[in-house]
Amino acid sequence: MMSDLINFDFIHSRYLFSMLPYTLAALDLDFSKIADNIPFILWGVPVTLSFSIASVLCGFPLAILLAIFKISGIKPLRWFADFYTSLFRGTPLLLQLSLIYFATPQLIGYSIPPFQAAVLAFSLNSAAYSSETIRGGILAVDKGQREAAMTLGVSYPLMMWDLILPQAFKNILPALVNETIALLKDSSLVSTIGALDLMRRGTVVASEKYVYFEPLIVVGFVYYVLVMSLTWAAQRFERRMRRSD
Amino acid sequence: MIKTEFLCKSFGKLDVLKDISTEIQKGEVVAIIGPSGGGKSTFLRCLNLLEFPTRGRVYIDNVDITTKNIDIKKVRQNMGMVFQHFNLFPHKTVLQNVTYGPIKVKKMSKAEADKLGLDLLAKVGLAEKSDAYPSRLSGGQKQRVAIARALAMQPEIMLFDEPTSALDPEMVKEVLEVMKGLANSGMTMAIVTHEMGFAREVANRILFLEGGRLAEDAPPDVFFTNPKSDRACQFLEKVL
Ligand SMILES: Nc1ncnc2c1ncn2[C@@H]1O[C@H](COP(=O)(O)OP(=O)(O)O)[C@@H](O)[C@H]1O
Ligand SMILES: [Mg+2]
Repeated sequence: MMSDLINFDFIHSRYLFSMLPYTLAALDLDFSKIADNIPFILWGVPVTLSFSIASVLCGFPLAILLAIFKISGIKPLRWFADFYTSLFRGTPLLLQLSLIYFATPQLIGYSIPPFQAAVLAFSLNSAAYSSETIRGGILAVDKGQREAAMTLGVSYPLMMWDLILPQAFKNILPALVNETIALLKDSSLVSTIGALDLMRRGTVVASEKYVYFEPLIVVGFVYYVLVMSLTWAAQRFERRMRRSD
Repeated sequence: MIKTEFLCKSFGKLDVLKDISTEIQKGEVVAIIGPSGGGKSTFLRCLNLLEFPTRGRVYIDNVDITTKNIDIKKVRQNMGMVFQHFNLFPHKTVLQNVTYGPIKVKKMSKAEADKLGLDLLAKVGLAEKSDAYPSRLSGGQKQRVAIARALAMQPEIMLFDEPTSALDPEMVKEVLEVMKGLANSGMTMAIVTHEMGFAREVANRILFLEGGRLAEDAPPDVFFTNPKSDRACQFLEKVL
């Protein structure tokens, strides 16, 4: 009885797999239709990457600063950092991006370019998330490390920078990589304010050629490759760091 | 060199130290013993203000370090501390652990600090481990590195909080040997320990802390053969 069931499933899935090419054919997927648009789409890679990298570079120092505020003994700093985090976690990123892009000109009369608006929104937003991760990482470092530093007469900034943060980062590296991946994918939101990133290029090609499936699948594939490369690099980096233990 | 006056420390409602007044002279080696939870660590940590006293005063070289405008970092540079769990910096090599303080705090040149560090590592018998990371060392080796790290600041006082309690029995001796050498060199030392043989042999004085009080303050001969308080008698019966 049991083996019949398994057998059935086996045959069934064999059947499905053998049907796959026909299914695809039935969808009428034809990548040759957009072959000459592929370079245009691929030029979105440097755009998406520059949004993401700039946002990480700006967001990260801010995240460290916020994390240090959160663990400081000075209450107003803690309140500020906690409120900041709740604000950026409590509202949609798309809203933050739109506010910065559309409201800045109205507010201060500066018509902010999409790149600046996006990097601002993404770095402010990712700093809110990463600061929580970093705070946890700092608190997870054995308090004996702090005491050892104090008994040597090491100043607080030096202790944080040389002794506590390197250990904290080692532990939270996987979490930070996850946040960077999320940012890379969320950067597709810049397509809503007109920047020609990967995502936007996909939709441009789609509306030009009146085909949707092929360009979007190409875009999806490129995102996937980017994320996998990042994951792979992070894993290698992590392994190298672990070797010192 | 070290003097406490009516030193009190409370954690919330818990009074951990009650009016401890004592003095440690230059070159003196003082062993602090007593039952667990008696306040030994807290007392030691009040001496370099890792814990700030609730009341009372701590004098180092006749300077009251509990007053406001004291640069505690300067005071601490002159007081090395060795912890039960070593607290080495895991991401730095043995030599980097030892030279970190001299380079970053005392602004010594790297070459000079390396020379000092290698000298000290040789003294604790670990010169050949200078490039290893702490995770590669045994407990006894870690503790000897921790001692070298503290000595690298060239302090006049060394504080030890149960330096051998986390070690496997066969490694206790190598650490105690290093400490003995240090005591013989004239270092002023305050040592919280459960090693009664060591305390008796090396210490000039025993402080017996029990329930947050300094129940006994006597030379080792007197303390171990003829303790005044019942508490000390009971404690010695248990551990000897
Ligand atoms: N940071 C702290 N917060 C609250 N209670 C503490 C703290 N440190 C020590 N204690 C308490 O103080 C008492 C004395 O501790 P300690 O000085 O470590 O004793 P000992 O070193 O003699 O074993 C214990 O009851 C301990 O639980
Ligand atoms: Mg203790």
